[in-house]
Amino acid sequence: MTEPSATLVQGTLDMLILKTLALEPLHGWGISQRIQQLSRGVFEVNPGSLFPAFRRLERAGLMESCWRTSENNRRAKYYSLTRAGRQKLRSETKEWERQVAAIARILQTAS
Amino acid sequence: MAIRKNLASGLRGLFRKKETEQELEEELGDFLEKATVEKMRQGMTREEAQRAARIEMGGVESVKEGVRAASWETHFETLWNDLKFGLRGLRHNPAFTSAAILSLALGIGANTAIFQLLDAVQMRTLPVQNPRNLAGVKILPRDGASGYFNSRYPDLTYAIWEKIQQEQESFSGISAWSPVRLNISPSGEMHTVEGLWVSGSFFEMLEVQPALGRLLNRNDDQPGCPSPGVVISYSFWQREYGGSPDVIGRSILLNRHPFPIIGVAPASFRGVETGRYFDLAGPLCAEQIVDGEGAMLPLRDGWWLSSIGRLKPGWTIARATSQLRAVSPGIFEATLPANFNPEQAKHFLSYRLGAFPAETGVSDLRREFADPLWLLLALAAVVLVIASANLANLLLARASAREKEMGMRLAIGASRGRLVRQLLAESLVLAVIGAALGGLLAHSLSQVLVASLSTAHDPLFVDLGTDWRVLGFTTTLAVLTCILFGLAPALRATSVSPGVVLKEGGRGATDGRSRFGLRRVLVVSQIAMSLTLLVGALLFAQSLDKLAHVDAGFQRDGILVTDLDFTPLKLADERRTSFAKELLERVRAIPGVDSAAIARIVPLSGNGENHDILPGTSSPPKEENPLAAFDTVSPGYFQTLETPLLAGRDFNEHDDAGAPLVAIVNEAFGEKIAKSSNPVGTMFRIRRMNKIIGPYEIVGVVKNTKYEDLREEPIEIVYTPVAQAIHPDTDAQIVIRTRMPFSNLISAVKETANQTSANMDVSFYAFRRMIDEGLLRERLVAQLSGFFGALAVVLAVIGLYGVISYMVERRRNEIGIRMSLGADRGSIIALVLRETMLLLAIGLTIGVALSLAGSKAVASMLFDLKPYDAVTLMIATACLAGVALAASYLPALRASRLDPLEALRHE
Repeated sequence: MTEPSATLVQGTLDMLILKTLALEPLHGWGISQRIQQLSRGVFEVNPGSLFPAFRRLERAGLMESCWRTSENNRRAKYYSLTRAGRQKLRSETKEWERQVAAIARILQTAS
Repeated sequence: MAIRKNLASGLRGLFRKKETEQELEEELGDFLEKATVEKMRQGMTREEAQRAARIEMGGVESVKEGVRAASWETHFETLWNDLKFGLRGLRHNPAFTSAAILSLALGIGANTAIFQLLDAVQMRTLPVQNPRNLAGVKILPRDGASGYFNSRYPDLTYAIWEKIQQEQESFSGISAWSPVRLNISPSGEMHTVEGLWVSGSFFEMLEVQPALGRLLNRNDDQPGCPSPGVVISYSFWQREYGGSPDVIGRSILLNRHPFPIIGVAPASFRGVETGRYFDLAGPLCAEQIVDGEGAMLPLRDGWWLSSIGRLKPGWTIARATSQLRAVSPGIFEATLPANFNPEQAKHFLSYRLGAFPAETGVSDLRREFADPLWLLLALAAVVLVIASANLANLLLARASAREKEMGMRLAIGASRGRLVRQLLAESLVLAVIGAALGGLLAHSLSQVLVASLSTAHDPLFVDLGTDWRVLGFTTTLAVLTCILFGLAPALRATSVSPGVVLKEGGRGATDGRSRFGLRRVLVVSQIAMSLTLLVGALLFAQSLDKLAHVDAGFQRDGILVTDLDFTPLKLADERRTSFAKELLERVRAIPGVDSAAIARIVPLSGNGENHDILPGTSSPPKEENPLAAFDTVSPGYFQTLETPLLAGRDFNEHDDAGAPLVAIVNEAFGEKIAKSSNPVGTMFRIRRMNKIIGPYEIVGVVKNTKYEDLREEPIEIVYTPVAQAIHPDTDAQIVIRTRMPFSNLISAVKETANQTSANMDVSFYAFRRMIDEGLLRERLVAQLSGFFGALAVVLAVIGLYGVISYMVERRRNEIGIRMSLGADRGSIIALVLRETMLLLAIGLTIGVALSLAGSKAVASMLFDLKPYDAVTLMIATACLAGVALAASYLPALRASRLDPLEALRHE
C-alpha cells in the first residue's frame, strides 16, 4: 500500500514543475513522472492540479510549449523553460532554501 | 512581455476556441495513453490500465475545468454563456419574464423620474462655463427688512448694488439681475412674458455667446438709459418670430414702451434661476422707463435685485464674506433710505453683506419642492423594494422547480459558486432590461411631473437632461435590485444536497421549511412596508383635504379677478380715484355680476403690505410696535368676498378724501391690538416708514381671513377705503362675484373697459384657480403618495397570494388526510386563512411601528394633523387586512375543494 501523497501548495508545485524542466523539455506525463521519481514517491501530483498549473505558468511567461512527436509516435505538447522561467526558478529556489533553513532551526531548538 | 503574451494567448483562447479545446483534448488524451502504457507495463490488462488511469486522473472534464479556470478569458466566456442561458430561460417563461420586467420598469422608472427632477432642481450646475466659481452677494443673515419688495429674490436695492460694485474686491466680475413679468401687448388684453432685468456685465460675466446679433453690455446699462435694447431668448425667438433672422432691429413693447431687439441668446442659456426660463432680457436702467411711477430703481427702499458673479481665483466664499462684511457698515450708511423711521434705520445699519455659492443657480423652486421630492423618492424606493420582494418570491418558486437540475449539476462537479453566478446572470438580464425600460419611462414620467407642477400663473421650465448622475442612479438601482431579488433565491436554489434531490420521487427535504420561511419573511416585510405607504398616503390625502377646505374667511368659488390698468391715460392723482370708481360702477352694471369691489391686494395672491400700528391718538412710537397687514378696498368688498361683518359697518360714499379717516379691522386685530371684543369707535394711527398717519377710527369688524397663505395662523388685518388712499393707484383691481361662466364675464368686462377707454391694459384670473395652484405641492405629494400606496398594497397582496397558494400546494397531502378524517370545507378554509392571519398579524405589527416612525418624520409636511392619528392607522390596517384576506380566500377555497383521494396520492 502506497503512502498517501502529500498535497502540495500551489506555489511549491509551480517551483517543482519548473525544476523538472531545468534539464530538458518534457511533456505533461513526463513532468508528472519526473516529480514522482525525484521525490522518491512522496509527491504524486494528479493531473487535476498539474494541467491548470501548466496553463498558469505558460500564461505567466515562465514556460513555453510546442508540439512534437513523442515516444509513442503520437503528437505531444512539450513544455520548456523560458529565460524568465529560469530566473524565477533560481530566485524561488533561493527563497525556498532560506525558508527551509529557518524552519529547520526552529524545529531543532524547540523541545 | 508576460502580459502581452498572456493577452495574446487569452485572445486566441477566446476567438480560436475550437482549436485550443482540441489541443487540450489531445494533450490530455496523450497523457492518459502514456499512463495506460505505464500501468500495462506494471502488469495490468489494457482495460484495467485504462480504467485505472482514468480514475487516477479524476475525470477528463474536471481537469479541463481546472485548466479553463486558470485562463482569464474563460471568465468572459462564462459570463457571456451565463447571460445567454439566462436570456433563454427567460424567453421560455414569457409570463414570468414580462411580469418581472414590467414591475422592474415601473419601479425603476418611477424612482429615476423623481431623481431626475431632484437632480435638475437641486444638483445640476448652471449650463455656463466654469460654474464652480459662481457666487452671489446678499445680506446674510437678513431677518426682516422694510420697504418695497418686488421679486422672487428681493436681496438688494439699486443703491446697495451700486455700492457693492464699487467696494467689492472678491469678484472678478459681478452683475445684478431681477426676474419680472412684462406685458408686450400694445393695448387691451395683456400678453405677459417672463423677463429679466440684467446689469451691463451680466452676459459677459457668464461668458454667454449670442445666437444672433449681440448681447447686452455695459454701454447698454448706463444711468438715464440713453440707448436701451432688448435681448430675446432662443425659445422666445422660435416661438414668437419663427426663428426668423430679421428679428434684429424689430421693436418690442415692454409695458407699452418700445425697445429694439438687439440680439438672441443661445439655446442653452435660460437665465440663472433653476426651474425657470426667460423670454427677454433688458438692462437695469430700462426698469425705470418701463415701470414709470412704480419703478424700483430710484427707490432707496426698493428691494428687487439679486446678484451673481465670479469669484477671483483663490478666493473662497468665506474670504469673500469677510471682505464684504468689512465694507458693509460704510455701504449701509451711504444707502440708508431717507424715509426710514429710527427703528428701521437701526435695523438697516446692522445689516452685513456676505457671499453665497451659486453654481447650481438660485431657486425658489428648490426651497419649495426639494423636501417633497426627497420624500417621494423614498416612497418610490420602498415600492421598488416591495416589487423586488415579489420577484424574489417568484424566483424562489422557480428555484424549487429546478431542484433536480441543480442537484444533478452539483453532482457532476459544478461548483456552487458557478451555479449561483449563473442564476444571478438571469436576474442581471432582468434587471438590465427593466432598468433600460425604466429609464425610458422615466423620461416621459419626469416631463409629466414637471408639466403638472407648472401653472399659467407660475410657469416652470426644468432642464431634464440625463446626466451622469441620473445614469449612475439608474445603474445602481439595477444592480441593487438584481442583488436584492436574485441573490437569496440563487443561494437557496443551490444549497441542495444532490443525494437528496436526485432520489426518485422525492420532493426534497431541503425544500419546504427553510425556503418557505424565507418567502414568509419576504411577505411579512412587504405587508409592513405597504402598510406604511398606505398610512402615509392617507395622511397626505387628509392633510390636502384639510388645507383645501380650511375656513379662509371668504367664499372662494365664483370670483373673477380683473385688473384694469389705466396707467397709459396718465391721469393726475385727483382724477384717478374718480376714474377707478367709474370703472367699478360700470363693472357692477354688467348683467350677471352679483357684486364687485376694488381691492388693492387680493388675498393669497402673494402680495402684501404691512405697517406699524400706534394705538390711540398721541402715544409716541416705541421700540417694538404692533404690526398689522393692510388692504385698501372699496365699499362692498366684504360683501363680494362673503366675509361676514361682525360689528359696525362697511365703508360707504361718505368715507372719501375729505372725510375723517376710517378703517375696518378683523377679529385678530380687535383681540391683539385693540384688546377689546368690540373695538368699533377705537382710534389708532399708522406709521408708514417715518410718517405717522391718522388718526383712524375703527368703524367695523370683520371675520378673520387668510391673507398670504392658507396655512397661516390668523394675523391682524386693517382695511382702509380706496377713496382715502394717500397715493391713488393707476389701476383698478376688481374682484367680481358672479354665477355666470367666466368666459362670458371676461368678454363683457373687456367690452366695458373698451367703452370706457380704449387705452387700458386688462388681465384676468380666477380666484379659486389661483388658490388651488398654491396647493400644488401638497397635491403632488398626496397624489403620488396615494399612487405609490395603492401600488404597494397591490404588490404586497400579489405576494401574499403567491405564498398562500404555495402553502396550499405544499400541504396538499396533509389537507387530504384531514378531509378523509372528517374535516369539512369550512375548517380547511379556516386552516388556510389562519396562515394568512399569522402573516398579517406579524406584518401589520411591524408596519404600525414603521408607520409611527415614518409619520413623525413627515409631521412638518402635514397640515392640522397629528402624525399619531389612530383613526388613520386603523383604517389603513383594516383596508390592508381586508384585501389580503380576500386574496387568500381563493386559494383557501381551492384547498377546500380538493378531492381527498387526489390529494392523498400527491406526494
